[in-house]
Amino acid sequence: MSMTMTQKILAAHAGLESCQAGQLIEAKLDLVLGNDVTSPVAIHALDNFKKKEVFDKDKVALVMDHFTPNKDIKSAEHCKCVREFSNDNDITNFYDVGSMGIEHALLPEKGLVVAGDCIIGADSHTCTYGAVGAFSTGVGSTDMAVGMVTGEAWFKVPSALKFVLKNKPAKWISGKDIILTIIGMIGVDGALYRSLEFAGDGIQYLSMDDRFSMSNMAIECGAKNGIFPVDDITREYLKAHGEREWKEYEADEDAPYDEVYEIDLSTLTPVVAFPHLPENTKPVKEAGDIKIDQVVIGSCTNGHISDMQIAADILNGRKVAKGVRVIVIPATQQIYLECIEKGYLRTFVEAGAVVSTPTCGPCLGGHMGILAAGERAVATTNRNFVGRMGHVDSEVYLASPAVAAASAITGKISEPADLGL
Amino acid sequence: MNAHGTVHKYGDDVDTDVIIPARYLNSSDPKELAKNCMEDIDKEFVNKVKEGDIMVAGKNFGCGSSREHAPIAIKASGIACVIAETFARIFYRNSINIGLPIIECPDAAREINAGDDVEIDFDSGKIYDRTTGKEYQGQSFPPFIQEIIKSEGLVNYINNKKL
Repeated sequence: MSMTMTQKILAAHAGLESCQAGQLIEAKLDLVLGNDVTSPVAIHALDNFKKKEVFDKDKVALVMDHFTPNKDIKSAEHCKCVREFSNDNDITNFYDVGSMGIEHALLPEKGLVVAGDCIIGADSHTCTYGAVGAFSTGVGSTDMAVGMVTGEAWFKVPSALKFVLKNKPAKWISGKDIILTIIGMIGVDGALYRSLEFAGDGIQYLSMDDRFSMSNMAIECGAKNGIFPVDDITREYLKAHGEREWKEYEADEDAPYDEVYEIDLSTLTPVVAFPHLPENTKPVKEAGDIKIDQVVIGSCTNGHISDMQIAADILNGRKVAKGVRVIVIPATQQIYLECIEKGYLRTFVEAGAVVSTPTCGPCLGGHMGILAAGERAVATTNRNFVGRMGHVDSEVYLASPAVAAASAITGKISEPADLGL
Repeated sequence: MNAHGTVHKYGDDVDTDVIIPARYLNSSDPKELAKNCMEDIDKEFVNKVKEGDIMVAGKNFGCGSSREHAPIAIKASGIACVIAETFARIFYRNSINIGLPIIECPDAAREINAGDDVEIDFDSGKIYDRTTGKEYQGQSFPPFIQEIIKSEGLVNYINNKKL
């Protein structure tokens, strides 16, 4: 029976020769992830289990990233709960302030997720690790608790949509533009319960950071996961970031796909998703005259070093428009250090931006850049739902780091071409 | 098992950020969460909702964040069942796992109105709108998921089967 790449990974982890869409399976997990918002709920759920010990202290990752450094007393209590749990259970991969980064940038950087893995995380953007050729998906806290104790999770095997990416991306087109374009094409429930599988010669032009952005936002069209084939770019990344052996899976040539879409990357233009859904995409050049109050460059979607580099290249020697607040958030301590070494931090500060410690912060309206009523932000984050970054009457426009940085300079939604770049 | 109550109706793509905004996620206490349930989409919900009421919505209900706080807040607010055209997959899992009954039924989701008096029979998946007199057949769960629901959530199911 022919299978998709996702189905092959799931079958292998369920101890089956093969599996097909719709089948219910129980799969062994290589990693179970939680953060400071979702882990306390999972830890409290453990009180109701007959057995409370984690299945493997090396295969649980707990990352304090959402409301950290703690924004208030309640979030400090949450982190304390997870810290004590980690100490009591001798959890190897507990990341607190000082070592933590935004979870989905941190785990690949630490080599904790590799090709062929089967991973669940109590965070919807856990689908990010499809970029390295792993099956990974977001779940809730109860699934996380069960995963921590049993090392297993139940799944309904998904069918898949295939996206064939062709040709070299046009100038300034990043993974973010590609995935926003896809979400605009199929809608926020266009891949509900299904996988996105990427293919095509265009993949060779996409950096790992581009791929992380794309797999990261698979959830924004309802997908269970979004996965890339493993190539030399993946292998080089995996070798540079860890010691774990990986396993490469390939979709069968006649694998069953519900739909196959072709996208010519050379014809794409920078896009922006208007409030209040990621599917409301438009080319930036058709956005009109939309004045902005804030720009956020960061998040699990676009807080990687290449995102910082693009922002620095555009902000270098320029000044942020009067009345615009620009917040740059490198996603991990390692990326933060690289920003210092490469001079990006100086560029950001000299341009009039502020630079924050790694945190999810404003992306989910947590802290570090909340919007007032009537305010608008261009953000490299992943959601523009009502009230996502603050007041219910505020607005978030999703875009790439290049569009966000260009908008910071002009004070309205713009693309690098508007600066003559 | 049955539910019988008044309907609170919402549209398509209701996301977990409006079900329970992130500014309240510094708590994981169901009663605390229930106080702010649906606040960013329907400020009056917490004042209107009564124990046993029913929520009806369009497609992709519960999309976005994986926060289990969302179905926990809905359940703790008194809602006995959510009917939708479709559910986002993480919300679907979370609801089953914590024992919040949910039913996919496109016709019922479209036709039932806010304020209708509705009865649901969970065993058969039948939905009866007493106000309009119409009956609908909701989609039934596969046996594996029915077992989790009968155990009143995944924790009990795992305790009985695996530990």
